[in-house]
Amino acid sequence: MTTRVYVPSDSTAISLGADAVAVALQDLPCDLEIIRNGSRGLHWLEPLLEIDTPAGRIGFAETKAADIADLFANGAPAIDHPNCLGLVEEHAYLKPQHRLTSARIGLISPCSLDHYRSLDGFAGLEKARNMTADDIVQVVTDSGLRGRGGAAFPTGIKWRTVLDAPAEKKYIVCNADEGDSGTFVDRLIMECDPYCLIEGMLIAGLAVGANEGFIYCRAEYPLAITTLQRAIDTATEAGYLEGFSLQVRKAAGAYICGEETALLESLEGKRGLVRFRPPLPAIEGLFGKPTVVNNVISLASIPIILAKGADHYRDFGSGRSRGTLTVQLAGNIRRGGLVEVPFGLTLRQLLEDFGGGTASGRPIKAVQAGGPLGAYIPADHFDTAMDYETFKDIGAMLGHGGLVVFDDSADLGHMARFAMEFCALESCGKCTPCRIGSVRGVEVIDKIRSGEQPDDNRILLQDLCQTMIDGSLCALGGMAPFPVQSVMKHFPDEL
Amino acid sequence: MDTNTLEQQTRTLIEPLVSESGPLLLALHTLQDHFGYIPPESVPCIAQILNLSRAEVHGVISFYHSFRSEPPGKKIVSICRAESCQAMGSADLEARAKKVLGIDFHQTSADGLFSLEPVYCLGNCACSPAIMIDDQLHSRVSLTELDQLLEVESS
Repeated sequence: MTTRVYVPSDSTAISLGADAVAVALQDLPCDLEIIRNGSRGLHWLEPLLEIDTPAGRIGFAETKAADIADLFANGAPAIDHPNCLGLVEEHAYLKPQHRLTSARIGLISPCSLDHYRSLDGFAGLEKARNMTADDIVQVVTDSGLRGRGGAAFPTGIKWRTVLDAPAEKKYIVCNADEGDSGTFVDRLIMECDPYCLIEGMLIAGLAVGANEGFIYCRAEYPLAITTLQRAIDTATEAGYLEGFSLQVRKAAGAYICGEETALLESLEGKRGLVRFRPPLPAIEGLFGKPTVVNNVISLASIPIILAKGADHYRDFGSGRSRGTLTVQLAGNIRRGGLVEVPFGLTLRQLLEDFGGGTASGRPIKAVQAGGPLGAYIPADHFDTAMDYETFKDIGAMLGHGGLVVFDDSADLGHMARFAMEFCALESCGKCTPCRIGSVRGVEVIDKIRSGEQPDDNRILLQDLCQTMIDGSLCALGGMAPFPVQSVMKHFPDEL
Repeated sequence: MDTNTLEQQTRTLIEPLVSESGPLLLALHTLQDHFGYIPPESVPCIAQILNLSRAEVHGVISFYHSFRSEPPGKKIVSICRAESCQAMGSADLEARAKKVLGIDFHQTSADGLFSLEPVYCLGNCACSPAIMIDDQLHSRVSLTELDQLLEVESS
């Protein structure tokens, strides 16, 4: 009897030897059907080999190619094998999750249309095809979905603006320039369930009357780009893209191009300079046409919202943060990976129950939430609920859902300096507070750290931070001071 | 490569892209994939084919971190400097790579084998610190592993 084995194929699993595991399996004298699935996002267990059994898929953690011959010495290993994790679905990391947007990652072979369809793939698109544009936008509005890229703007309102904008030509642009440190869920969706993103973009096209789309994917994600291209080609051949032209465009390493107007400039083939607003991209976006610009996760959440209805999605979450948040546990963390849960869990639940504390085993000193522009949150705030408003109340932001953990050996004064250094490196240069302020920020922090008039320079740094916040054109200069201010406030000994 | 050959190759590579919308980044990636960098002598030709000024083309090349105007080493080693990797000791990797290769970021080793680049997030943050050698990602890289990678790669 043929045994079905799953070998993950996302970038992380491959970097940990998954391809070699697949090769070792092929060389076995067993009757195996080897499927390259994506990844479940349980990254600390990769390569996570799975074997199909009548009871379900059982997992084997951190499989090495060298272990394969032993593991399969008596045919396919069973659940009583000492290396076995048991049923993967029942795993303590996975079971408490509510995977809506990432429902299929790791379950399917990423570019298999059959696999995709077998798990409700294209159910949302089929529904949308029998609805009016107005009704689709209404469902998205009712779902309470807010932009998952970081700005948390209501997706339905953005779509309504584009729908109502009179124009011959409109565009759907997917922002896949996932540059924030500590985030990788966009990559997981693109590498493990690309049709979900494509379906979301097709629905967006129907909703606003757009017939052309671009996925602007960062150059640091070569596998995501090839996977998307393969998925687009396959979906095109199967007829799913009829009437909609979709292209992947490779970015070129500029963090600022994750800002939506800089992204549009870049797609137009220009320097990624931030645009003045108004006009909003929804009115005058790509090539001056009304444009939906959404993050990967926002778009990949659309299919399930259409398939299962606005209520189903909205019923998850807390307060004004509806649905689920794809939290990414990163940095110095024991069990790093993807945790999709309803809004409202506390930071502590994420860091301890899921994350298991630091990888180093030392106490957690701080967590940077929401990427390089997010605040450093000290341990006495770990009972904060993870939703947009509660985080704002403590001067932090959820951003794209990344949590980067630092243990007590971290030098947060250095990290504050790095925030300014990064801003200086990545500033597009259009506005002065960001372009000059960030350089001055590094200089002032250096002075404080070397003991040069520290009290006066701290006042100067506070003032500089406020100027950048008030005067910058976009979130880069406007938020780069947040990590600096948070270190000054919560870790005054370090800056 | 003489200028005529270069111009001919540039034309062959990017003329098919003229009909694309906003083709400049596409064109530059295509050239860099082919030559390994964007030869400065090709700029006038790119500008002419895409109906842009040379200043516009130069402006775009110099804006983006990915584009190079000089040939890189045989392998490009990108070390992640973003927060997640810093939380796991990437600064040590950075220092070691610079020492072992005898170069700073944005430089190529004297033997022409390695170019060293900083990168700000490889999206592998659950398994930090990460580095990338060409398109090959490496997770939880220790100093020993880095040494091995640089030695193995250079042999």
